[in-house]
Amino acid sequence: MYKILNKKVLNNTVIEMEVFAPLVAEKAKPGQFIILRSHEDSERIPLTIAGYDIDKGTIKIIFQIVGASTLRLNELKEGDNIHDFVGPLGLPTHTEGIKKVCVVGGGVGCAIALPIAEEFHTLGANVTSIVGFRNKELVILEDEFKNASDTLIMMTDDGSYGEKGNVTIPLKNLLESGVKYDMVIAIGPLVMMKYVVETVRPFNIPVTVSMNPIMIDGTGMCGCCRLSLIKENKREMKFACVDGPDFNGYEVDFDEAIQRSKQYSDFERKAYDKECNLLAKGGKN
Amino acid sequence: MALIPKKHEMPIQGPLERTTNFCEVALGYTKEIAVAEAERCLNCKNRPCIEGCPVHIAIPDFIQEVKKGNFNEAYAIISKSSSLPAVCGRVCPQEKQCEAMCTLHTKLKVDGVGIGRIERFVADYHNENSTNSIVPPKSNSHKVAIIGSGPSGLTCAGDLQKQGFSVTIFEALHTPGGVLVYGIPEFRLPKSIVKKEIDNLKALGVEIKTNVVIGKTLTIDELFNMGYEAIYIASGAGLPKFMDIPGEGLKGVFSANEFLTRINLMKAYEDNSYTPIIKSKKVAVVGGGNVAMDAARSAKRLGSDVTIIYRRTFDELPARHEEIEHALEEGIKFNFLTNPIEIIGDENGNCIGIKCVKMELGSPDESGRKRPVVIENSEFTIDTDAVIMSLGTSPNPLIKNTTEGLSTTKWGGIMIDEDTGLSSRENVYAGGDAVTGAATVILAMGAGKKASQAISKKLLNKE
Ligand SMILES: Cc1cc2nc3c(=O)[nH]c(=O)nc-3n(C[C@H](O)[C@H](O)[C@H](O)COP(=O)(O)OP(=O)(O)OC[C@H]3O[C@@H](n4cnc5c(N)ncnc54)[C@H](O)[C@@H]3O)c2cc1C
Ligand SMILES: Cc1cc2nc3c(=O)[nH]c(=O)nc-3n(C[C@H](O)[C@H](O)[C@H](O)COP(=O)(O)OP(=O)(O)OC[C@H]3O[C@@H](n4cnc5c(N)ncnc54)[C@H](O)[C@@H]3O)c2cc1C
Ligand code: SF4
Ligand code: SF4
Ligand code: FES
Repeated sequence: MYKILNKKVLNNTVIEMEVFAPLVAEKAKPGQFIILRSHEDSERIPLTIAGYDIDKGTIKIIFQIVGASTLRLNELKEGDNIHDFVGPLGLPTHTEGIKKVCVVGGGVGCAIALPIAEEFHTLGANVTSIVGFRNKELVILEDEFKNASDTLIMMTDDGSYGEKGNVTIPLKNLLESGVKYDMVIAIGPLVMMKYVVETVRPFNIPVTVSMNPIMIDGTGMCGCCRLSLIKENKREMKFACVDGPDFNGYEVDFDEAIQRSKQYSDFERKAYDKECNLLAKGGKN
Repeated sequence: MALIPKKHEMPIQGPLERTTNFCEVALGYTKEIAVAEAERCLNCKNRPCIEGCPVHIAIPDFIQEVKKGNFNEAYAIISKSSSLPAVCGRVCPQEKQCEAMCTLHTKLKVDGVGIGRIERFVADYHNENSTNSIVPPKSNSHKVAIIGSGPSGLTCAGDLQKQGFSVTIFEALHTPGGVLVYGIPEFRLPKSIVKKEIDNLKALGVEIKTNVVIGKTLTIDELFNMGYEAIYIASGAGLPKFMDIPGEGLKGVFSANEFLTRINLMKAYEDNSYTPIIKSKKVAVVGGGNVAMDAARSAKRLGSDVTIIYRRTFDELPARHEEIEHALEEGIKFNFLTNPIEIIGDENGNCIGIKCVKMELGSPDESGRKRPVVIENSEFTIDTDAVIMSLGTSPNPLIKNTTEGLSTTKWGGIMIDEDTGLSSRENVYAGGDAVTGAATVILAMGAGKKASQAISKKLLNKE
């Protein structure tokens, strides 16, 4: 059992929790994730390690309420226990030798991008962060990003906050104006990452993307997190949980990944509706 | 007494009924049938059956006790050699092991004694009727860590704890049991049996830490720093193989591990499960081993029309005999001498068919098995909404990659000394599927037993 020491609402649908998991905290590195089951009968879901504190033995997670499992996770209050919590899983983000980096985050992907921006900042790299949200209400972690970035560019789809438009617009402008990054890191919805890759491609700068396929075990056992890399016209299968979640953006077959992410959408919709109904009736127990 | 040529039939759930539920298929012998089956045993002087059992259970001795109705005595005899008789009685490939060596089979050319079935009866009887409470043994203050809670780790843990060692099992998943809980389905091995074995270990004092991935959460070297004096790696062979053919990324294509984990570990077949499973109209399962049979029969129970695709013939199917029979009874179709070359998808990335070639058996390879060869121009397509790849598994590299000085084979199996299970690292032992690659429960158990003896000797002589 893993106790929730702190719970914070970042916006209507994005929640932050600080969870007591000393063994995980001891080992955690930016870019890695955990898998949890909120209750004994819950689905296993992966969430990125958004922060960690070795002294307190805690791991910070930030999640968006999108379906039944995240809804149930949100039912837990400060002081409650998460039933299972395993990690740190996956490989840490590659930071070596990178002096100037552009971190591009979209929506709740910003939660995943933040610890990476912070790590680069701590290591002394020059950090540009471009973060995008649908509208002002959904903006999260602005101060945290400010503190971790040399330059912060805020975008909203509707222009209600920061600049109007999506994250690829300022990215393209920066690249066209001749700014040279050692690496661009894109974290967010698959479609966003795909377009970031296309935006950067003409400039010949390495792009890292953080893949988030459906997972079960997170240790390389089920193969459900697999994706294809295409290298010199040859396909190579990788398991995101052990070979990733970070991959070379130029190699990822995004179209396949986008299709695979919808594999269970019918079930997910039904499970969400059912859970909402249960909640409306005042909980299950 | 006249010789009965056939094994006593096992009472089973009929095929029509059982394909609509996940309850156990084989219901087990009654007392009367168990005794009657035991009567078939000739109590041979040379005891050939024992040679067929990888852990050398004193088979004729326990069967003699069953004949007399002394089921608890029978259990005590089995316990000396096996710690999981309720499991092995159900899942051992008896027709290749103990029962294959039985005099009735080898000399008299009739069915061998139903050793597995009697063993299962004895274990179930014991589990139902045993009242002796477990008393934790006196501690000898030596600490041993075990990685993985499959049959190999559980056996090693039990044997060491009984001798007074303080044993901690580290398990990556949230529930202990290894393949016994995430792979082998409920209808073949009820999870309550595995749970009972695990509860017994806990009662003995074994500590089980779930949600710890060795190689990630902790490393082998850290375990030594934490005071564990010896480590037994029983991490299994969990890495699924794919075929490296086009289309394996399509929706509707699964590894057997994914499909079975969703069903067994996550109970996705239950209506109120939070973990999804796709119920496809038509399912093709590629492979011919126990894993393929389990995936096929699980898919059948979810309402699918199931075809097994296997590149050799019926005679080469590596699965347990009984499972093949049950699969046939349940209406699962077989496409022998067939090998997939591509999975076909529609414009939305959904699997809609599997393109195959026909094979013929050529000359035998090194293993003595006839090698399947492709027949030219024999391509054809099977329409299907889902493909489950059941091609076998190999050891997971997580531990190897994070443990300096641990030697492994080309395919990732941990190299050990055959007699002790000792790896290339001092005080690190290994066994089960992590060493052999995907094998059997009884071999994994036997390896755990052997390592427990070596560990005990090493740590106690140290003093
Ligand atoms: C490595 C990794 C890190 C992630 N980090 C974060 C994070 O920090 N914050 C955050 O909000 N989300 C993160 N996600 C996504 C998060 O796991 C999903 O939002 C969550 O599983 C949704 O579950 P649900 O039941 O609430 O929603 P559902 O209704 O089940 O699904 C909503 C969407 O979530 C995805 N999803 C569903 N089940 C899984 C699963 N078992 N594994 C992965 N994705 C799934 C699907 O694409 C689906 O379309 C991460 C995913 C991965 C793979
Ligand atoms: C579907 C299926 C059906 C089968 N049917 C039969 C059958 O009928 N008869 C038969 O005899 N055999 C059968 N087998 C094979 C048999 O189950 C295995 O040979 C046996 O379980 C191996 O035991 P093990 O203890 O070595 O490993 P496993 O049972 O694989 O257990 C290993 C455990 O270690 C854990 N682990 C792995 N890595 C780590 C890590 N880094 N840190 C912590 N924990 C870790 C895993 O999560 C797992 O729980 C079947 C296998 C499958 C998959
Ligand atoms: S453990 Fe397996 S091989 Fe040994 S006697 Fe029992 S069923 Fe036969
Ligand atoms: S070989 Fe067969 S008949 Fe002979 S003792 Fe063993 S089980 Fe009995
Ligand atoms: S999540 Fe199972 S292999 Fe990656």
